[in-house]
Amino acid sequence: MTALLTPVAALGRGTLSLLALIGRITLFAIDTLSHLVRPPFYFKEFGHALLYIGYLSLPVVGLTALFTGGALALQIYAGGARFNAEAVVPSIVAIGMVRELGPVLGGLMVAGRVAASVAAEVGTMKVTEQIDALVTLSTHPMKYLTVPRVLAATLSLPVLVAVGDVIGIMGGYVVGVTRLDFNGAVYLSNTVDFLEFWDVASGLVKGAVFGFIVALMGCYHGMNSGRGAQGVGRATTNAVVSASVMILASNYLLTEVFFSA
Amino acid sequence: MITLDNVHKTFGTNAVLRGVNLSVAKGESLVIIGGSGTGKSITIKSVLGLVTPEHGTITVDGKNISNGDRDAFLARFGMLFQGGALFDSLPIWQNVAFRLLRGSLKRPKDEAREIAIEKLRRVGLKPDVADRFPAELSGGMQKRVGLARAIAAEPEIIFFDEPTTGLDPIMSGVINELIREIVVEMGATAMTITHDMTSVRAIADSVAMLHDGVIQWHGPVSEMDTADDPYLQQFIHGRAEGPIDAVR
Ligand SMILES: Nc1ncnc2c1ncn2[C@@H]1O[C@H](COP(=O)(O)OP(=O)(O)OP(=O)(O)O)[C@@H](O)[C@H]1O
Ligand SMILES: [Mg+2]
Repeated sequence: MTALLTPVAALGRGTLSLLALIGRITLFAIDTLSHLVRPPFYFKEFGHALLYIGYLSLPVVGLTALFTGGALALQIYAGGARFNAEAVVPSIVAIGMVRELGPVLGGLMVAGRVAASVAAEVGTMKVTEQIDALVTLSTHPMKYLTVPRVLAATLSLPVLVAVGDVIGIMGGYVVGVTRLDFNGAVYLSNTVDFLEFWDVASGLVKGAVFGFIVALMGCYHGMNSGRGAQGVGRATTNAVVSASVMILASNYLLTEVFFSA
Repeated sequence: MITLDNVHKTFGTNAVLRGVNLSVAKGESLVIIGGSGTGKSITIKSVLGLVTPEHGTITVDGKNISNGDRDAFLARFGMLFQGGALFDSLPIWQNVAFRLLRGSLKRPKDEAREIAIEKLRRVGLKPDVADRFPAELSGGMQKRVGLARAIAAEPEIIFFDEPTTGLDPIMSGVINELIREIVVEMGATAMTITHDMTSVRAIADSVAMLHDGVIQWHGPVSEMDTADDPYLQQFIHGRAEGPIDAVR
């Protein structure tokens, strides 16, 4: 009997600890927001975070978008050809990029890059007592470490997404013109004509939410890192995994919201 | 000025502090000794609020440390961490002057840098380390930078967690003298953890020995050698035989 119940008990324990984790992350997010609106604000840290999280993520996000846009054009052409609708390629590439793939893939790439490095950095600070040292030097770790990173990621991801959108569409354009015999001017005018304001805006909003998630997860797992190198390693993994899962889950929820609206 | 009353701290099943009672007067230099892993670092961290005890009260100037303005409270303290805990993203001088570059004690950058270089000199480091990064320094040098950071804002109360560990005998002497100077000249209250008996004699007004989660012995340094506590005697003479097990 007990042997039969073991998996059930494990499932129960897993569920409980997952709920507890969600609770702790929610509290951490609220704490971050409450420190965001209270001085002092560390501008220099914010500047560094903006440079590292935003500017230095440009190549990763740009390359991802370029290849995705190209592949998307080929796929939609292949699909469209089945009912003689090849002409939809430009508009579907544009819509697919700006509404979905730009923010999601950009978010995931940034999750891999930024959540990992933030968690490793903050986690190392935690295990080498640098966070305790901050406290004794009258500097709140949430204000000094978390707020600048979360704010920088939330503000810079929409910009990265916007750049990614343009590059992705260009990727589709290059493939469309060189491989699929589209006329360049027609391709571009189709792209622009069918794109609506909300297509772009919803993608940028998604980007902001994903940026918030990425930096928050990096800081949360870093600050709660276990002891030693192993603890930091685990914190890094957890940060990337949870940021990625949360990006995909919130992407669905946001899409649902924008879809109904 | 600092009192710990019946302080308990447990990590999982490891009951580290089991009723610590300790007091330090203003301007006094207390040295805490005790075996490795007995909870010396945890004791001073609990005074700073970095570790929260399950039981017991800690007061500074009669006020419970868990009440009141944290910033104003912490501004009175300086702390040297056992591992140095330098910020590795910042150059040495900004580590030392961390407090002087932000917050309530903020002052102009040039002035903060000058103070940092002066403090570095006091711990026996040349001005040219100022622009290097912590990872480029040796362990003993990092320790001394940590010490310079702890004293940079001239706090009233200073905690030193093993200030001379990893230093050569001459440098240990310099640091012992420095700590003594800070207490005598600046009138600071100091709590120092050390395993080095030479340091104990050079720094302490009074000595407390932590063993088995409680203060086993507490008294003036002058009485340390004549006290008849077998734990204390075993410890200060470094004997393998005695009431303290070698394997803990
Ligand atoms: N964050 C923590 N989680 C779990 N256990 C801890 C933690 N910090 C300290 N301990 C445990 O508490 C005990 C006391 O640690 P502490 O660092 O105070 O020792 P110490 O007296 O300073 O020793 P040392 O002289 O070696 O520095 C140790 O057994 C240690 O394993
Ligand atoms: Mg210690």
